[in-house]
Amino acid sequence: MEPAPGHRLDDASLQRGARNFVNYCLGCHSARFMRYNRLTDLGLTEDQIRDNLILGDAKIGDVMTTAMRPADARVWFGAPPPDLSVIARVRGADWLYNYFLGYYRDPGSATGWNNLVFPNVGMPHVLWELSGTNRLATAEFADHEAAAAAAIANKSLALVEPIPGGKYAVRTIANETPGSMTPVEYRAFVGDLVNYLEYMGEPIRNKRISLGIIVLMFLGVLFFFAYWLKREYWKDVH
Amino acid sequence: MEKMLAWIDARFPLTALWESQWGKYVAPKNFNFWYYFGSLAAFVLVIQIVTGIFLTMNYKPDATKAFESVEYIMRDVQWGWLIRYMHSTGASMFFIVVYLHMFRGLMYGSYRKPRELVWIFGCLIYLALMAEAFFGYLLPWGQMSYWGAQVIVNLFSSIPLIGEDLAVWIRGDFTISDVTLNRFFAFHVIALPLVLLGLVMAHLMALHETGSNNPDGVQIKYQPKDPATGLPLDGIYSHPYYTVKDIVGVVVFLAVFSVIVFFMPEMGGYFIEANNFVPADPLRTPVHIAPVWYFTPYYAMLRAVPSYFGTQVWGVIVMGLAVMVFFAVPWLDRGAVRSVRYRGTLYKTWLAIFVVSFLVLGYLGVVPITIWGQFGESVPLVGGVDRATVVARVFTALYFAFFVLMPWYTAIDKTKPEPTRVTG
Amino acid sequence: MATEATVDKGKRRFLIGATGVVGGVGAAAAAVPFVMSFFPSERAKAAGAPVEIDISKLEPGQKIDVEWRGKVCWIVQRTPDMLATLPKLTERLADAASGQDQQPAYARNEHRSIKPGVWIAVGICTHLGCSPTFRKDIAPADLGPDWLGGFFCPCHQSKFDLAGRVYKSMPAPTNLVVPPHKYLSDSKVLIGDDRA
Repeated sequence: MEPAPGHRLDDASLQRGARNFVNYCLGCHSARFMRYNRLTDLGLTEDQIRDNLILGDAKIGDVMTTAMRPADARVWFGAPPPDLSVIARVRGADWLYNYFLGYYRDPGSATGWNNLVFPNVGMPHVLWELSGTNRLATAEFADHEAAAAAAIANKSLALVEPIPGGKYAVRTIANETPGSMTPVEYRAFVGDLVNYLEYMGEPIRNKRISLGIIVLMFLGVLFFFAYWLKREYWKDVH
Repeated sequence: MEKMLAWIDARFPLTALWESQWGKYVAPKNFNFWYYFGSLAAFVLVIQIVTGIFLTMNYKPDATKAFESVEYIMRDVQWGWLIRYMHSTGASMFFIVVYLHMFRGLMYGSYRKPRELVWIFGCLIYLALMAEAFFGYLLPWGQMSYWGAQVIVNLFSSIPLIGEDLAVWIRGDFTISDVTLNRFFAFHVIALPLVLLGLVMAHLMALHETGSNNPDGVQIKYQPKDPATGLPLDGIYSHPYYTVKDIVGVVVFLAVFSVIVFFMPEMGGYFIEANNFVPADPLRTPVHIAPVWYFTPYYAMLRAVPSYFGTQVWGVIVMGLAVMVFFAVPWLDRGAVRSVRYRGTLYKTWLAIFVVSFLVLGYLGVVPITIWGQFGESVPLVGGVDRATVVARVFTALYFAFFVLMPWYTAIDKTKPEPTRVTG
Repeated sequence: MATEATVDKGKRRFLIGATGVVGGVGAAAAAVPFVMSFFPSERAKAAGAPVEIDISKLEPGQKIDVEWRGKVCWIVQRTPDMLATLPKLTERLADAASGQDQQPAYARNEHRSIKPGVWIAVGICTHLGCSPTFRKDIAPADLGPDWLGGFFCPCHQSKFDLAGRVYKSMPAPTNLVVPPHKYLSDSKVLIGDDRA
């Protein structure tokens, strides 16, 4: 798997990710624990959020709901698309990043799509116009070491699988038709989106970390005095 | 101030309580690193009670709202995230502190006569703590909460004859449901905290009656008085000496605690599991479920015991015995000395075996049983069996051997004579 | 053991003080999150957000109720006749000039509103929190021949005029509260926020 490129302090990336999220995800998925006005964390004003990120008639303090009704979703996809508020805490950023890179055409599946990191995924590749279409590429190797080496050499998403006959297959993704974005642009797009998803999973994270540094510095001072006090009293004992 | 104190003392033994329980409690002067964990356990208990009270104000023990209310606490309640992380981290830290505290007891023979009741109250605290943690773990109503509770409650259904009915009785339903959540909530927030507080008081009162043990195992209570101080030789007042020392311990503990709360609250999935961010779904079991880390040694034993006569109850019995056996330790130990410092190689070796067994079993309880693959078919006895299962069986046997063989190896162990006074 | 003489009492006092102060600051700081958690959550704040109301369909003499922060707010379209009653009552009111801080500065006038006709108030009696009834009928049997229209609290019989000003010697101590509000346009009013 490729590591996700996101950075928790990169507000520009997070803002782009939020835009990508409301444009491409919120049509089907909700984020029912995420309030729009919380996006002020990303350096946006409430007016900017209202003008650019609220697509329906939601109020600024509302949570991100989806326009799709669960009943329709059940008919279209078999199950309602999961809520994405904490998806990054379930899957992790790297998994999500590779998930968006892992789609390939699979005529055998119901949606016509399959995914290397999420086999038999129910969601179609909604970003295919941006990424273009991919196909699954398989290379066979006689032993596990050679397969693993090839997977690492690939530097991108690659899956090693044992196949009948004691051999190993390395499955990778190969581009079929180009999309409206170059692979580099698409990776940046997905990177921003995943960065945003990770933020949304735990919006307090940045504040938590910066507060933690202050707390530890304070405890350092307290330790200094507490230890000195202890030494002073224990002179009596030693 | 003094007048007011006198007024109170005439009506309530405030000064007497303070002096008997701490202020004028004479403790040996040679407590080492291991003696921090008792006061730390009390400190974590306070953290858990305070944060727990505040969580209760916003948590909803309702299957349709529980998961949501936890995220509500994490996002919408002001500072709710900190209160919740303190509570979730505190739960794991409680076990770390208690395990180290128990290990101290084993090392220095703190359970030996006359401290049997101190030890037994301690074991009861440990049991209550396990129950408290188990009930609390269901409350976030995530997938791990749900399936963890499902598995543990189903252990009871393996008991012959009454098992099935017992499991239904515990759940109040045919599966873990809203009813179960509600009663677990009641146990977690009021029943067990009351029990725990009562036991902690009993533990401390018993300790302050017998006097503290120490790394040398010397009974200072019966030492001659030091003419300079009027206290038994090598004894010091807890206050101020252990007050100021324990404050240092608390500050260091808080630093460790803060590193986890502020920088790694999930602790790599050991304190808060990724699957617990998926709301409980009675129709879908997660691929890999394991209990929280502090239960994994027992869980590994449970999995390691095969079923005989068509029932799984043996694993449950082994698991139960593994906890209950601690109660017997004061009567299993027949050594001539208390402290590991004056024991022979035999005891030291067995204590090391016990610690290693506990850790290895703890590790094996976290990972899938197939982690090390299977033995080849040609291997005698264990051919085709998961390697990890065999290892778990060996260490389960060693775990029990530590206790079962204790009367033998402690009796024949070549001990050194205990000093007449504490060292260092 | 150190003897009394070798103990530096001043140093110990300083160290106890220093540790106590630093530890006390820490304990106080640790209490902040717990205290703060009692304030309204983001959900409560969102639910208590300012409300926008279209008043274009309000008829003369009509009162509508809207909810803001879980409290009832009235919007009354007062007729010129109703407004004409206000100056007549000055002598009978406890605080005719709205001297007490029960309204934003822009409603501190005889009609207690931004636009003379449209009056907006929190419909909760300042006595014990009941909601008074709108009695625009003049000189009814139960309220006496002097009644020129106003609000009457059924719980303890407090009387208010058509600008929510309390009559003298009533259980209610003060005038009804006018919430912060502003006009977004001629027909739209926002209750709960008056910042420009």
